[in-house]
Amino acid sequence: MKIKQIAIFMENKPGHLGNICKSLSDAGVNITTLSLADTQQYGILRLIVQDSDKAKSCLEKSGLVVNTTEVLAVEVEDRPGGLLAILEIIGAKEVNIEYMYAFTSHYGKRAIMIFRFNDPDKAIAALKESGIQVLSNEALFQEIQQA
Amino acid sequence: MSRSLAYPEAYFDPGECLPRAELKRLQTARLRQAVARASALPFYRERLGGFDPNSIQEPGDVRRLPFTTKQDLRDGYPLGFLAIPRSEIARFHASSGTTGKMTFVPYSRGDMENWGTVVSRFLMAGGLRPGMLVQISFGYGLFTGGFGLHYGVEKVGAAVVPVASGNTERQLSILYDLQPDALVCTPSYALNIAEEIRKSGRDPKSLHLSLGFFGGEPWTEEMRERIEADLDVFATDNYGLSEVVGPGVAGECRERKGQHISEDNFLVECLNPESLEPVQPGERGELVITTLTKEAMPVIRYRTRDISSLLPDPCPCGRTGTLMTRVTGRTDDMLVIRGVNVYPTQIEEALLRVQEAAPHYHIEVTRPDNLDVASVKVEMRPEIFSDSMKDMEQLREKIARAISSITGIRMRVDLVAPETLERFVGKAKRVTDRRFKKD
Repeated sequence: MKIKQIAIFMENKPGHLGNICKSLSDAGVNITTLSLADTQQYGILRLIVQDSDKAKSCLEKSGLVVNTTEVLAVEVEDRPGGLLAILEIIGAKEVNIEYMYAFTSHYGKRAIMIFRFNDPDKAIAALKESGIQVLSNEALFQEIQQA
Repeated sequence: MSRSLAYPEAYFDPGECLPRAELKRLQTARLRQAVARASALPFYRERLGGFDPNSIQEPGDVRRLPFTTKQDLRDGYPLGFLAIPRSEIARFHASSGTTGKMTFVPYSRGDMENWGTVVSRFLMAGGLRPGMLVQISFGYGLFTGGFGLHYGVEKVGAAVVPVASGNTERQLSILYDLQPDALVCTPSYALNIAEEIRKSGRDPKSLHLSLGFFGGEPWTEEMRERIEADLDVFATDNYGLSEVVGPGVAGECRERKGQHISEDNFLVECLNPESLEPVQPGERGELVITTLTKEAMPVIRYRTRDISSLLPDPCPCGRTGTLMTRVTGRTDDMLVIRGVNVYPTQIEEALLRVQEAAPHYHIEVTRPDNLDVASVKVEMRPEIFSDSMKDMEQLREKIARAISSITGIRMRVDLVAPETLERFVGKAKRVTDRRFKKD
């Protein structure tokens, strides 16, 4: 139910993001979606790619610090209050969101959002209970390819 | 320009102006006593190997004696250098160490008396007189600065307002409300005080201050000019280190041609740090100090690692103590940040507290608003990297806290990409000090 995300340490310097994209491009890795958290001096780039192992090894070869984390890809109804519904379910179970970001494309009446919860298993159980789809790796990339 | 004294120059005591021949005789006799006292300690008994103190014929015979290093003092922790019975100790101070472990410095009642005397000498030499009021903005506590100056001021017969360091707002209130005549602090803090006064919209020259006694960190002639212009004081420099006493080893008189060494209490050599042979008068070398009167903790040929020079010419003021020039650097990589000694190895120790293998790091010290600011660049490693910003900020805070608990100094921690800090073959250069450079 969880999908793999790779996170990369970045210095806030011109050209750094370009170098990362170059490594991925050379290795033939397509970025499905990304988010960037930044401070004045450094940032954390988070990527969802189909082949995360390949991405991780090619980035490490270029001397970057990379880690792999499990996150949840959750279907969100693309209407006013869609995200709110998810947050209410999660909030009721006192699960905390470390961070979240949206997919750039959406599928029909649904959007997909990436969540990093402090207790992912509890979140999965709560979402399923309420009939919310949490996508597996396969399901996620299948959806994307179909779109 | 600074004000000139409206009263005649005065000495604090005759010890400052002994004729050189007499001073040499006194030094010889005291060196014998010092060696005899030190011989009671297992460390020196072994190092001296049966050396006969009575074979000392002149102060220069000190060169026949072994050196003492900071490492020796650390190895003797806690009281390996205590040469008097415990019941006769009057005070403890301590100096910071390279590994977070401090070195205790005990004083006897006699040591306290002498300490007060040597501090009083440079206070009087710089213009302090009985009846004046002195604001001491040095730290009080294990650090020798606050208490050292405090007893010196009292010995002169002047009054003290012991504000201690920090809380600039309170410093300003006291400067305005009590109108002290003299300020004692680090030179960078003096500039900081001036800056705060200016920010508050008041004219620093409306203060009653006429004297400033600054020390505890390296500074420059340009800084002196700025302090004098900003605070309208006559600023003098003084030198000391806790291992031999604290402040009071040497200090400037109104001539300001160098700092008069209290040679009746300290035998100071200036050596080439490599060959350990004396350098020519006026030439730069490492100061090596033997305590002549210290009872509780005598040290022989202590290698200070401070770079200075001893001037050949006597001072027109009449004091006969040899003049040493401003300390311009260190033979090791110790840094003095806001008056506190910091060694790069302490940063390494802090990083090791946060993770098992210390990452590459680099320390940078600047002085943006006249106050030392230190930052540490730490290379990111997979073991400490997290995808969560909260974890990363907690990591920075954890490192900063470890550094501050070991060094006593709060430093900014910058996380940098791996392999971005310069690698060195052999001795690593861990420090960039931009405080005294004009770029």
